[in-house]
Amino acid sequence: MTQSPASPPSLYVAREPIFPRRVKGKFRTLKWWIMGVTLAIYYLTPWIRWDRGPNLPDQAVLVDLAGRRFYFFWIEIWPHEFYFVAGLLIMAGLGLFLFTSALGRVWCGYTCPQTVWTDLFILVERWIEGDRNARVRLWNADWSLRKVRLRVTKWIVWFLIAMATGGAWVFYFADAPTLAADLMTFSAPLVAYSTILILAATTFVFGGFMREQVCNYMCPWPRIQAAMMDNDTLTVAYRHWRGEPRGKHIKAEGADQLGDCIDCMACVNVCPAGIDIRDGQQMECITCALCIDACDEVMERIGKPRGLIDYLALSDEEAETQGAQPRPIWQHVLRPRTILYTAMWSLIGVALVYALFIRSDIDLTVEPVRNPQFVTLSDGAVRNTYTLRIRNLTAEDRDFRVMLTSEEILRIDVESDGAVANHVTVPANETLQARVYVIARPQDAAADAETTDLRLWVEDVETDDRAGVATIFNGKG
Amino acid sequence: MADKQEIDDVTGTDTTGHEWDGIKELNNPLPRWWLWTFYGTVVWGLAYTIAYPAWPLINSATTGLLGYSTRAEVAERIAEVDAQNAELTERLASADLATLAPDDPAHRFGVAGGASVFLAHCSQCHGSGAAGVQAAGYPNLLDDAWLWGGTLEDIEYTVRHGIRNETDPDARWSEMPAFGDIMSDEEIGQTVEYVLSLSGQDHDAAMAEQGMVWFQEQCSACHGDNGEGIRELGAPTLNDAIWLYGGDRETLIETVTYSRFGVMPAWGQRLDEEEIKAVTLYLHQLGGGE
Repeated sequence: MTQSPASPPSLYVAREPIFPRRVKGKFRTLKWWIMGVTLAIYYLTPWIRWDRGPNLPDQAVLVDLAGRRFYFFWIEIWPHEFYFVAGLLIMAGLGLFLFTSALGRVWCGYTCPQTVWTDLFILVERWIEGDRNARVRLWNADWSLRKVRLRVTKWIVWFLIAMATGGAWVFYFADAPTLAADLMTFSAPLVAYSTILILAATTFVFGGFMREQVCNYMCPWPRIQAAMMDNDTLTVAYRHWRGEPRGKHIKAEGADQLGDCIDCMACVNVCPAGIDIRDGQQMECITCALCIDACDEVMERIGKPRGLIDYLALSDEEAETQGAQPRPIWQHVLRPRTILYTAMWSLIGVALVYALFIRSDIDLTVEPVRNPQFVTLSDGAVRNTYTLRIRNLTAEDRDFRVMLTSEEILRIDVESDGAVANHVTVPANETLQARVYVIARPQDAAADAETTDLRLWVEDVETDDRAGVATIFNGKG
Repeated sequence: MADKQEIDDVTGTDTTGHEWDGIKELNNPLPRWWLWTFYGTVVWGLAYTIAYPAWPLINSATTGLLGYSTRAEVAERIAEVDAQNAELTERLASADLATLAPDDPAHRFGVAGGASVFLAHCSQCHGSGAAGVQAAGYPNLLDDAWLWGGTLEDIEYTVRHGIRNETDPDARWSEMPAFGDIMSDEEIGQTVEYVLSLSGQDHDAAMAEQGMVWFQEQCSACHGDNGEGIRELGAPTLNDAIWLYGGDRETLIETVTYSRFGVMPAWGQRLDEEEIKAVTLYLHQLGGGE
């Protein structure tokens, strides 16, 4: 093998521009609704108000990084409760498993932000530059005043959408009306502006120019999904046994030999991924189902049954080519695998809800002072010192009695601002550190024992709500 | 070794001739930009060692053309923090500790700063947890027994002037005689039995009876009639559960025979005014302050 090709083939493939045509149909309608709802959720959520009293923010959904709190309507998550977020992430993962094994890349096709924003950007493109044919002409045309005007208008609208996207993001991290006013008067923190600009830039580039390349080259999900799909997974497919051999009907020789596909290219022209679904399942297909709408429209017009392109599983292809009926949709969706995913998903969900309801609004941790382990007092009593951290998870200042329970006789002293007290005040939404002394008199067993188990308690003076934590008392033994 | 170049079909580049299980390594030299970046880093590295302190010499290192020093930077930062705390420091230095409220910012500043002062200057003897070392006679500062007093005023005086040192004429001073020169071993033994009885420990009652006579004669002037101690003299209380050097028979005999002479430096000569007050506040709130 010593041949030397004149020019080595390039390993880089240039992007083929894609000009998706407008399409109407039930899936397109569904996608418009999903786009509207998801975008509305994203843009409007930070503006929902939720009254939590005078000490806490009144924004329904707020990630308070400085205060280390996450507010979600009536739920408030502290940093030590981050397992809720971990649980939600696991649920999101299992949810994706479930939907992928049942419906393939349904997330990609309908709700992925990349798809939704690309869809929105294409909509803007169509409004300004016209539908597919007009856009192809404009693409091929030389630069002219009209082309510049259309392009610049489109980019400006895209940029405004992109700015709004980045802008909405920062409202999740600060009080939205205040931040909006600050942003307008250029007095918001620098990080707010830089975040908006970075997200605006990514939205602009991803939605306007990179589009399907993000899915093909950047996103790991399409590759992972292949491992979760099986023969029963519903994906968008072409009934080649019905459509082939394809051809223009009317004038062709032996037109009666032809299949239902009239090779009108409608399915290819509407595809935002730029593929031909008739080539079978492909990595690039995000199962957006627009080719189904496009083909159904054509089939209707030429008087053939709909569903030449349809949601199908590989097992249906086998069945139908052998003349059998496809399995009903519910049998594809309800399988041991999907039931298992649903069960796991629900189990974690139920566990999280349970954890949410049983969690206390007081939290107590204790750190015994171990240097020294105990101090002997002049009357022979033995004293241990503990650092208590009391979290008040409510919106009001609370007074707590500090108490202990033990099988042995022990006394407790709480220090508050240098004086001995029996209760402490923990400000709303804060953690208080209190020093507590536990004392065993010389005649009591705990003074001479090696260790004595005890439990420290805090009890709300008004409501009697309490929280306890176990620790030990070190004696002289 | 391949004597002629082997060209790979797909990429058109030659191979290095290395082969593993049929997989051959393409000969892809480093890209030019990478190479120039590499040369750039070499130049940068050399320039850096000239501009900044770098080459080790026998006693120090080259100082660099820019005269940069990490120590100077640290000093600058410390000065910055000191400037930020200047107001609190001033307030603490001029405060009367007895009347400084616990929720006063200067009080909190003092307790926090005092912990650092304690770890830097006091923990060598008194321990990082302030529990002292009984075997060496370094007192425990957490308990409720104070040789020279446990009020803020007393603690501040002790810290400032120290105990039994030669450097500060105002140091707290007292000295227990070595009774081995004065009394016989038997008499000392009897006295110790009596001292043991004062704090309710096991003792020989007959010896203690005789020991009480010696105690009243030799010891009570400083330690009090019932061993309650006298603070003005720094004479320890003998009828409680706390012992500076140890309360068992052997240690007491040693103490009485040879005496003790614990020394503490006068920190007023070494610490700033605000440091003395800070460590005083810190010590007072450890659990034993009066």
